[in-house]
Amino acid sequence: MAKGKITPEFKILRDMEKCVSCQVCHRVCSNDAHLYDRETGVVTSEDSRCVGCHFCENLCPTGALGIRRNPSEIKLNALWSGRAVEDIARQSATGGVLLTGMGNDRPFPVYFDHLLLNASQVTNPSIDPLREPMELKTYLGGKPDRLEVKEGQTREKVLKSFLSSQIPLETPILFSAMSYGSISLNAVKSLAMAARESGTLWNTGEGGLHPDLYPFGPNLVVQVASGRFGVHKDYLEAGAAIEIKIGQGAKPGIGGHLPGEKVTEEISRTRMIPEGTDALSPAPHHDIYSIEDLKQLIYALKEAVRYRKPVGVKIAAVHNVAPIASGIVRAGADFVVIDGLRGGTGAAPRVIRDHVGIPIELAISVVDQRLREEGQRNRASLIAAGGFRNSADVVKAVALGADAVYVGTAALVALGCHVCQKCYTGKCNWGIATQDPYLTKRLNPQIGARRLVNLLRAWSLEIKEMLGGMGINALESLRGNREQLRAVGLGETDMRILGVKPAGEAW
Amino acid sequence: MKKIFIHEEYCMNCRLCEVHCIVQNSKTRNIIKAYKGESPKPISRVLVEEQGYLSFALQCRHCEDAPCLDACITGAMHRDPDRGAVLADEERCVGCWMCIMVCPFGVISRNVEGKRVISKCNLCQGEEIPVCVKNCPNEAIVFEEEK
Amino acid sequence: MNREGKAFSGEVIIRAITSLHERSNGLGGGFAGYGIYPDHKEDYAFHVLYETEESRKLTKPALEGNYQLIQEEPIPTRQIDAVQNPPLVWRYFLRPRLERRISSVESEEDFVVRTVMEINQKKEGVFVASSGKNMGIFKGVGYPEEIADFYRLEEYRGYLWTAHGRFPTNTPGWWGGAHPFGLLDWSVVHNGEISSYGTNRRYLKNFGYDCAFYTDTEVVTYLFDLLHRKHQMAFPLVANILAAPLWDEIERMEDKEFYQFLRAVYGSALLNGPFAVIAAHNQAMVGLNDRIKLRPLVAAEWQENLYIASEESAIREVCPDPDRVWAPEAGEPVIGYLR
Repeated sequence: MAKGKITPEFKILRDMEKCVSCQVCHRVCSNDAHLYDRETGVVTSEDSRCVGCHFCENLCPTGALGIRRNPSEIKLNALWSGRAVEDIARQSATGGVLLTGMGNDRPFPVYFDHLLLNASQVTNPSIDPLREPMELKTYLGGKPDRLEVKEGQTREKVLKSFLSSQIPLETPILFSAMSYGSISLNAVKSLAMAARESGTLWNTGEGGLHPDLYPFGPNLVVQVASGRFGVHKDYLEAGAAIEIKIGQGAKPGIGGHLPGEKVTEEISRTRMIPEGTDALSPAPHHDIYSIEDLKQLIYALKEAVRYRKPVGVKIAAVHNVAPIASGIVRAGADFVVIDGLRGGTGAAPRVIRDHVGIPIELAISVVDQRLREEGQRNRASLIAAGGFRNSADVVKAVALGADAVYVGTAALVALGCHVCQKCYTGKCNWGIATQDPYLTKRLNPQIGARRLVNLLRAWSLEIKEMLGGMGINALESLRGNREQLRAVGLGETDMRILGVKPAGEAW
Repeated sequence: MKKIFIHEEYCMNCRLCEVHCIVQNSKTRNIIKAYKGESPKPISRVLVEEQGYLSFALQCRHCEDAPCLDACITGAMHRDPDRGAVLADEERCVGCWMCIMVCPFGVISRNVEGKRVISKCNLCQGEEIPVCVKNCPNEAIVFEEEK
Repeated sequence: MNREGKAFSGEVIIRAITSLHERSNGLGGGFAGYGIYPDHKEDYAFHVLYETEESRKLTKPALEGNYQLIQEEPIPTRQIDAVQNPPLVWRYFLRPRLERRISSVESEEDFVVRTVMEINQKKEGVFVASSGKNMGIFKGVGYPEEIADFYRLEEYRGYLWTAHGRFPTNTPGWWGGAHPFGLLDWSVVHNGEISSYGTNRRYLKNFGYDCAFYTDTEVVTYLFDLLHRKHQMAFPLVANILAAPLWDEIERMEDKEFYQFLRAVYGSALLNGPFAVIAAHNQAMVGLNDRIKLRPLVAAEWQENLYIASEESAIREVCPDPDRVWAPEAGEPVIGYLR
């Protein structure tokens, strides 16, 4: 009869002393985990439907609800965890690929948690960010080694063309690519509004650009992914930069998938595909089978916007990320985005998300080092992505060599996401990873943008404090400055790859 | 005059506005006691209208030329000179229901279990912000000056 | 510095630095003198420190392979109690063998830079303290006045002198780590700590400068060489890179696109952290503070002489009645050019 028990992941605890049967939980849960019995007037819960998004807990006016983890009761086994056993049960029942959302949740080492920052004392004063200017401004884009005015050019022309190829950022934190389709239009609007107000950038992801969002173009990076969804001339002109997406950290080597149910009329128009059809992004770009093909696409896009916008490339962090990045810079990219192991997604096969790729800390270190060894570090800006949880992670990434950092999961958490990893169902109660009009209403872009601006502001202030502590008052003096980092609990090889000394060692 | 304005695109039909209105108009102003203890349970002056995925909270509009003011036979319905709100004096109301019949928005209710008089939003007299507005989790109703 | 190029005795600088005795701790002192070898004006004068006689013998082929040896001799010293176990200090007058350049594009100076870096990195127990024409750096572990005594500095005459007393913290005192730090005819003395050292060092690697000595003064020297000599920027512009104006200030400037370009392109050359440096080469002397002026620097003029020091007392020790004394602004260089 071979069935296999699937333990509900969560248990809904309802304190009956506090529950007043106001039915708010019953009304809002998109998974129907709360049920109202009209006859008895009592609200009950169905644990197996709960995904642990905590939306009901948030709204309950008396605090009667508690969502608790419900660990599997499979006998303790260091190898055969409850999850391993239950995954097999699921797959033998369905014959399907197990899907998931958001980023890798497995206990691979988080190198950020093994890196510590310096502070200046005695020999070098720390700088007080409340009294001294602290500059986080940075420019994205490739830079020459020096000012060269060639025959037939004027100094003014060279300067103007340089500055137009650069994107100024008020803070080194950008919003990562999250497509309209994987997230709701209200979520995208929140990101766009917050990016504009904070002087940073947001990214279309693979979803094309909705007409309502064209006014936010000056703060936008438009993505050209393998499916080429929504790519037309106005689209390319709309943004401040163009990003060719070769891969992403959550699913290196495979393409994207937006199920047909999520392709509503608006999405169909924005992505330029028929309504109700699956939006499949192929694994490779079918016109890029080698590095020279990539160079052709980069220049084709530069021609299309008449060299007035930077064109960059986004790749997943894999084993050969250093030579790949080096090749990309040589192919003419103005910026390279590296998405690490912990990068998030709206939908991916769980086994790919959890087992493919390498951590971003190592990737940034080796790419930065390789580019410097080849004397071409200035030719492109490096943007790191994948699992940045707080401002300390950002500072450590810059010290390892990144020019700026993309945050995805953190931004969604600011909008309410509780990382329940069920984005692929399209039933996100927070109104983020859904197109269901009942649910998308729940994300008010005014509130969303406000929270994102707050997040960026808080992190920027913290970064200034940390910089001041290190005796640095300009972000460019931190970029690649591995001297400001020390490692704890890492082996020699790890430290060598990161280029960081062990804590306790001075100069 | 500050009024309650509706942003129906953000209403999620949770009806927390109704819950808090009930509490505000209860004797104890304590949610658990109001729901479980008080009898009759107070009624909400705000009601969420819904059709499909469209929903919004609707309460007395405190109209500039309020038909209910004219219709009231006892003068129980009167205007508050400070806030400009239309208030119902429950002591004076005799339950003729004329105001309910003339109200174009249908936002006056009959309080059948209690004193058999009408029940209507009074803009939360004594509060700075009406509790429905304060507790809406998505700012689907706001309290601002008329533009 | 005597801007007319008139030489004066080393005694002057010795007196000045001695007055700042309290600022050092005896673990480093040094001097740079310009115009001290008028008889060998066209030759490169290398000052080399050797730990042992062995290392000297092993280095000789490297020098002879790349240079024509005009003259070699130990630098005259006197034995004093304060300086125990000094290394062997030698000087060489050399002419580069241009046929040994790696390509016809390599300039004479780049050739010298490359060969000096090779010696410093690859040879054990050897350190090239200075490698310029008609100048030399004299330094070691000890108070500056003791070092001056050791090297018999009072016997030299030059038109530009710099001196430094060290209170080392980050690296232990060693003969090569004292200031001034030199390359070609550059000498840099530095008070402060460069917190952007890690960034600057890796930036310089892009251009072939290998920082091997874990002293932050090294990056200052190489940055001057890169920006002024190789990228041919005048000193005021170099100052705008090393002590760049704030972005807000740039917004209000007339030529703001140029300064935005400068900062965006040369951001990794920005020196962060408190510093006061005095850099010198055959044609000029430059004093510069960090952009929020966290270390003292004072300048003065008397007739054709220019004085720069950490404290006014050092200036007044040798020039009791200057025409003008001032404290330079943060990020504003003080430059004396040889006329």
